[in-house]
Amino acid sequence: MNAILKDRNSQIVRAGADTKTIACNKPSLAGAVSQRACVFCGSRVVLYPIADALHLIHGPIGCAAYTWDIRGAMSSGPEIHRMSFSTDLHEKDVVFGGEKKLEAALLELIDKYQPKAAFVYSTCIVGVIGDDIESICKKVQALKQIPVIPVHAPGFQGTKKDGYRAACEALEVLVGTGNRPAQEFSINILGDFNLAGELWILIDYYKRMGIHINATITGDGRVEDVANAHKAQLNVVQCSGSMMYLAKQMKEKYGIPFMKVSYFGIEDMSDALYEVATFFKSDDMLTKAKEIVRFEFARLMPELVKYKQALQGKKAAIYVGGSFKAISLIKALRLIGVQTVVVGSQTGTADEYEIIKQLCDEGTIIVDDSNPAELSAFVKETKADIFIGGVKERPIAYKIGLGFCDHNHERKEALAGYEGMLNFAKEIYATAMSPVWKFTK
Amino acid sequence: MELAIKKTETFTSTRNACKLCSPLGASLVFKGIEGCIPMIHGSQGCATYIRRYMISHYKEPVDIASSNFSEETTIYGGNKNFCTGIDNVRHMYNPAVIGIASTCLSETIGEDIPRLIREYAQLHEGEQIPVFIHASTPSYQGSHMDGFHETVLSAVASLANEGATSKQINIFSGFISPADIRYIKEICDDFGVEYMVFPDYSDTLDNPHWKDYQLIPEGGTPVAQIQNAANAIASIEFGTIMNKLVSTSKSSVAHTAGEWLEKHHSVPNTRMPLPIGIEASDVFFKTLETISGIPTPRHHARERGRLVDAYVDGHKYVFGKRAIVFGEEDMVLSMVAFLHEIGIETVLAGSGGESNSLKKEIDALTSGLYPNMIVMNNLDFETINEMVDELKPDIFIGNSKGYYIARRLKKPIVRIGFPIHDRFGAQRLHHIGYRGTQELFDRIVNALIEYKQEHSPVGYKYI
Ligand code: SF4
Ligand code: SF4
Repeated sequence: MNAILKDRNSQIVRAGADTKTIACNKPSLAGAVSQRACVFCGSRVVLYPIADALHLIHGPIGCAAYTWDIRGAMSSGPEIHRMSFSTDLHEKDVVFGGEKKLEAALLELIDKYQPKAAFVYSTCIVGVIGDDIESICKKVQALKQIPVIPVHAPGFQGTKKDGYRAACEALEVLVGTGNRPAQEFSINILGDFNLAGELWILIDYYKRMGIHINATITGDGRVEDVANAHKAQLNVVQCSGSMMYLAKQMKEKYGIPFMKVSYFGIEDMSDALYEVATFFKSDDMLTKAKEIVRFEFARLMPELVKYKQALQGKKAAIYVGGSFKAISLIKALRLIGVQTVVVGSQTGTADEYEIIKQLCDEGTIIVDDSNPAELSAFVKETKADIFIGGVKERPIAYKIGLGFCDHNHERKEALAGYEGMLNFAKEIYATAMSPVWKFTK
Repeated sequence: MELAIKKTETFTSTRNACKLCSPLGASLVFKGIEGCIPMIHGSQGCATYIRRYMISHYKEPVDIASSNFSEETTIYGGNKNFCTGIDNVRHMYNPAVIGIASTCLSETIGEDIPRLIREYAQLHEGEQIPVFIHASTPSYQGSHMDGFHETVLSAVASLANEGATSKQINIFSGFISPADIRYIKEICDDFGVEYMVFPDYSDTLDNPHWKDYQLIPEGGTPVAQIQNAANAIASIEFGTIMNKLVSTSKSSVAHTAGEWLEKHHSVPNTRMPLPIGIEASDVFFKTLETISGIPTPRHHARERGRLVDAYVDGHKYVFGKRAIVFGEEDMVLSMVAFLHEIGIETVLAGSGGESNSLKKEIDALTSGLYPNMIVMNNLDFETINEMVDELKPDIFIGNSKGYYIARRLKKPIVRIGFPIHDRFGAQRLHHIGYRGTQELFDRIVNALIEYKQEHSPVGYKYI
């Protein structure tokens, strides 16, 4: 038995020891039990938080059933996004085509739920039976007078990353269709999905600085806001993996500049505020940003110091969706005395992996598109104490006696912003210090 | 009621499905075979989603490989991906068995998996290669339960072979919890009989804590027992609906593993509903008595006695209450019968399954006493949601996905079966036999008492 497959070697490097650049952005290896899902998954998670849109999944039932209310993306108003709609293709549809069924489904659902737009996701099967989704969407759009947008997402046509792209392309269709005047100092927040209400924490900071939020894409998202996104002066992009494409397109089409930020950890959160203030060249904003940071810092530090004392010397493994978030996590962990010994992501980029390599201590294992066999071997080798990942990583950690912090779609604790940093520290502390570990030794 | 039924007829789409897809059922069965790793022949997403769905319920590692179709694969066929996939799985897991389930995609493009397996075996002649089991599980032909039973049948049909006669009793226990499976094994041990429970994921999906990570967890039905199924003295099958939808559409000679063994190897088969409730459990214990010639061990007879005692102590809390029951067809069927036994009226019984026999089976088990009960096949949660107000239920019984409806109505829900994603300990819940019934009865009584207590101005201290 062998944890690492030969063909996976190029996707694993060690900080300090390896000069080679990590290979990434590859399809998963057959049989490798990748933790990734598919193109459809990528598009679905990005678009899902748009709460007043209809999300109809065209395909057999599984794709829709497994993504029903899958993210804790909160909405302050409508919640159509929390429903799982499927054309539930049966054998006869596969044989004779599913177009009629799709059309009927769209019409009835739009009538019933009165969405402001509809996204129609095509899944694997649709990719091969050749339904003409485009024309059905056009037809229904004309009939119902709302945007009906196809999301081209058959799972086999790439990786989760291609799904991000498909989602951005669908959003692009909407952007620019609105005509709502924007106020001065308007930004769009891209790439925050309002998990556990995180977006609201961020909006509060920006508002306190005198910044107007034009659209949030897609956390607590609304069709109308997306349609008017082109009116903002700046795109502030988090989770760059999923939203960068849209930001770039908007720059090209509408001349809206963008900046990459992260809201995880004190350092990155503060930078996110300063950089926006600097962009608007406003001393007043900068002063207010500094005030926020000073205030939050004073509030947080004494607490964090306590956690740091307790956690000093603990080791963590990180395996998350994108590598950009991993960078923030490494820094945030460092702030509370935890050293990162394994870092990986499902869909990281070469640049970001390089930054990680520079940032981490010698010997840290960096891995792209890993699997349970590797991850369990890595945490054993590096003697990690805590794992930070998602639902699929949790049992790997717990089963062999590591603490765990959910930093994925399903988290119920806000982890962004200053408050989030405190929650994060608390959670790491809780999982590391629980008395139950004495029984697992 | 007329109105309610009409409402559902107008929806073409499925809104919040009350079913899952076929390879999930197959994966469960494969997890119940010793030394087995499942591989889903199709694109990556299906395998990952199924893993995630199962992990959230069992709170256990669930490794399922995928042959990870790409654009090229769908055009030129999955041969290369299949072989690479198998090679990689063997390299990492060194499994004794590889269970291969197809998906909508691989079936649609016409992948011939038996051929792929044959070719792989030829290519590796002389090597010790794993045992392959293959189940055809496109979801457009059926739900996870169809996939489940199809896989049980495939495994038995491909492995069972005649040899020396044995005293084995085959128990095909259907889709029950790990705790239920352990309980069946305990019963059989107490009877002192030789037996096979298949599939047995009681360990693999409910492991103790590990020192070292086990890529393939301990446990599962040994292949030798499945092979020996052909020589058994009898088979017992839980579930009367099973995979009727798929098997009839495939018009195969035998629909289930028990039937197949009876037809091909003359192993007598006894089919019964999932043993939930006293009457249904009696059938199971009586059958074991008949087959083995051994009376029910005292320990279990006393458990039955305590259950009767509990029924008496609790009967007034439940009598006349109205329940909404949903989930897999066989589970719903047995649950309705059990509720009938304790005086709870099921007002709506629904399932995403499409056998079209749920109503008939319910009528048979409840002597047609509930002509007004709404029984629905191919049902989704939104349809339930739209019907419940007029049905005035007191309690919901089903998997956790119905919680949002119970929440809206502010009524209690007792979570059973699969999935239970919003509560702890799903893998340890009992449903069947005297013990499972006892647990269910306690939970239902307490849910109703709690509801009453919380809505009482007094907050009384005694029940
Ligand atoms: S394509 Fe079929 S097998 Fe795959 S998730 Fe969808 S329904 Fe399930
Ligand atoms: S069928 Fe395709 S789109 Fe659906 S979950 Fe599977 S890989 Fe993804």
